[in-house]
Amino acid sequence: MLHALVEPWRFGFMQRALLELVLVGIVGGVLGCWVVFYELSYSAESLAHALFPGLVVAALLGVPLVLGGAVGVLVAAVAVAVFGRTPEIGRDTSVAVVITTLFGLGVVLGLSPSSPPGLNELLFGDLLAVTPTDLAVAAALGSIVLVVLTLLYRELLVVGFDRSSAAAFGARPLLIDLVLLGLIAAVVIIGVQALGNLLVVAVIVGPAATARLLARRMVPMMALAAGCAVLAGLLGLYLSYYANLAGGASVAAVMVAGYLLALCVRGGLLLRASSAA
Amino acid sequence: MLEGVSFTLDPGKRIGVLGPNGGGKSTLFRTLLGELEPVSGSFAAVGGFGYVPQTERSRLDYPVSALDVALMGTLSRLPWWKRPGRKDREAARAALARVGLDGRAGTQFGELSGGQRQRVFVARALVQDARIMLLDEPFTGLDEPSAEQLEELLAQLAGEGRGILIATHDVDQVCAWDRVLCLNRRQVAFGPPVPTLSRSVLEQTYGGSIVAIPGEDGAGAGILPPHHHHHEGH
Repeated sequence: MLHALVEPWRFGFMQRALLELVLVGIVGGVLGCWVVFYELSYSAESLAHALFPGLVVAALLGVPLVLGGAVGVLVAAVAVAVFGRTPEIGRDTSVAVVITTLFGLGVVLGLSPSSPPGLNELLFGDLLAVTPTDLAVAAALGSIVLVVLTLLYRELLVVGFDRSSAAAFGARPLLIDLVLLGLIAAVVIIGVQALGNLLVVAVIVGPAATARLLARRMVPMMALAAGCAVLAGLLGLYLSYYANLAGGASVAAVMVAGYLLALCVRGGLLLRASSAA
Repeated sequence: MLEGVSFTLDPGKRIGVLGPNGGGKSTLFRTLLGELEPVSGSFAAVGGFGYVPQTERSRLDYPVSALDVALMGTLSRLPWWKRPGRKDREAARAALARVGLDGRAGTQFGELSGGQRQRVFVARALVQDARIMLLDEPFTGLDEPSAEQLEELLAQLAGEGRGILIATHDVDQVCAWDRVLCLNRRQVAFGPPVPTLSRSVLEQTYGGSIVAIPGEDGAGAGILPPHHHHHEGH
């Protein structure tokens, strides 16, 4: 049993995969708590897809993928933030229009005869191919995200609580929205290596949604979300190693299972509370 | 759009702000709070504003305690990146005690009653260290005992020398306060409530569609503005 637990970590690529998932899990879990309360899950999903054409362009130009992803996501983030505030269009419609346009552009570019092979890695990620450079980038970007979230904690709390009165308490809702979208973009860029841009949102939304069911204060919720994400990463890697499944998909599956388990636990707690009352 | 507004709020006084929905009550508050720039004119305030918004706009599923909400009042006083310190937490606890919620600091905001939530908001405005308090329809949806408790609290806060502006639809209630400000896209009237609230002023305020119900003690007791409604608590 002990041997089976230790066995996968003999390999450097498995160690790097785990470290990548720990980094992505902590940052994604903490950020995800704001994403669920700001109802930005759909925007996060869309930003991840908006990353795709950026990655394709970067691959075509031969520049680092992080750079391409960053530019693609920034363009989408600004477009979503600006059009989402136009009352006649509405947030969901504007997001859909922006993202379909960008995703379509990526597909057109990606299917051109001169496009490089391996586009499915951009879509699904490749956990086992994480390099030390990827880890360094993830650690640096992740630290920035956590520092910004710490500094803006009180403003995020006020705006998320009641946007309409936030300005009366000295908060800046538009700035907070833009910062949050920028941070989502950063986490998507960190996570795309591990999970691919089709699954990266799982690490932002899944653990936070799970923690929301169980925690009663914001900071414990963040700790719980980060813990859930790291645990899901670990279990997902075991699953991937022993069941010979794709890494990113295994991690995402464990996150969904964790959410369902939390639903049951919470249901049990509520039941017990109502029978005790 | 709101024009021709001119009034004075003295320390220790309560002004009831009457007007139809869309009549300019929110516009007035947002201008005073600095969210809107007046096209022309100006106002001078001694000391800061504390704001008590409508409670139904805030999320009840939010992972915050009553103390967390009261501490939100420190945001406008501290630099944006700074965490509240021990002193701020003490001030927030004292504000909660002040509104009669000392035992409730750790309770989840969404689990409080409507009246308690309203008083948490008053505590938050106190943490803002406000000499002037703006309350946006604070009595909406409150049951009788909660409303009485809030009314008493506002009287005490006024007694401490704070100036209080209260948006409301309740004409009877306003009569117990010091001044009334009637708005309907312009200032219809301002003055002591009982002489000011004539039938003609009320008609101008509510657009000529008021319903007079014969009251047992005459005028004022039974006037029902068209937007007078009590939301049931959720």
